[in-house]
Amino acid sequence: MESRQRPLSPHLQIYRPQITSVLSILHRLTGVALAAGAVLLTYWLSCAVYGPDSFARAQAVMGSWIGKTVLLGLTFSLYYHLANGIRHLAWDAGWGFELPTLRATGWLVVGASLVLTLATWVYAYRLAGVF
Amino acid sequence: MDMRTPLNRVRGYGSTKDGAGHWWAQRVTGVALIPLTIWFVVSVLSLVGADHAAFTAWAGSYGRAVLMVLFIVSLFYHAQLGLQVVIEDYVHRESVKVVSLMAVKFVIYLCAAACLLAVLKFAFGN
Repeated sequence: MESRQRPLSPHLQIYRPQITSVLSILHRLTGVALAAGAVLLTYWLSCAVYGPDSFARAQAVMGSWIGKTVLLGLTFSLYYHLANGIRHLAWDAGWGFELPTLRATGWLVVGASLVLTLATWVYAYRLAGVF
Repeated sequence: MDMRTPLNRVRGYGSTKDGAGHWWAQRVTGVALIPLTIWFVVSVLSLVGADHAAFTAWAGSYGRAVLMVLFIVSLFYHAQLGLQVVIEDYVHRESVKVVSLMAVKFVIYLCAAACLLAVLKFAFGN
């Protein structure tokens, strides 16, 4: 049978990005990033098992500028995925589907993630005695 | 003539095989990870720039080891469930999909085993 040229529904790039759709894909992206972070946690814990030299190297890797950049990204990913995960649980309970509520909780999640990320890094630098 | 009932004919075709179990396990691990992750972040911050002796002292606590075991199990289980959905959504060639799903499971459980044994090793005092 000959396949007919049926009209296709518009694909993703035709739509204007909205807070609902952008946050949805961000949840998935941060989830994948955190899975990679879990592998990094495995590296760090394994290095501790291999002894002081190996652990010192792992700590140096984490403390390097590239390590810090990755950890900063992971910190944000973690808080975002955590906050938006709670938003998901509210939806599971049937709460918060009205559009104004959706937008409000969306921005709340973004704001909370940024504030918590900043607070965590300030706290970490204080603990390390930088200031 | 097909003697099967309409119900029998469609059985096994639907999306619902073990979806409900997957969905529920994702919620349970997700809820468990809320307090565990917050505890982990706060706890691990004290190890920024720490040396091996400081780490050994930190990981030698029984209570911490218990929480670390719970954190690791929930984390890797949750990660596996999530990555599985991502692969099922975007990988459409059956062979590549099956191989990726299996590969992700192997890597995740390898990492989980490595993390758990590391935690136990320090908990039992080398």
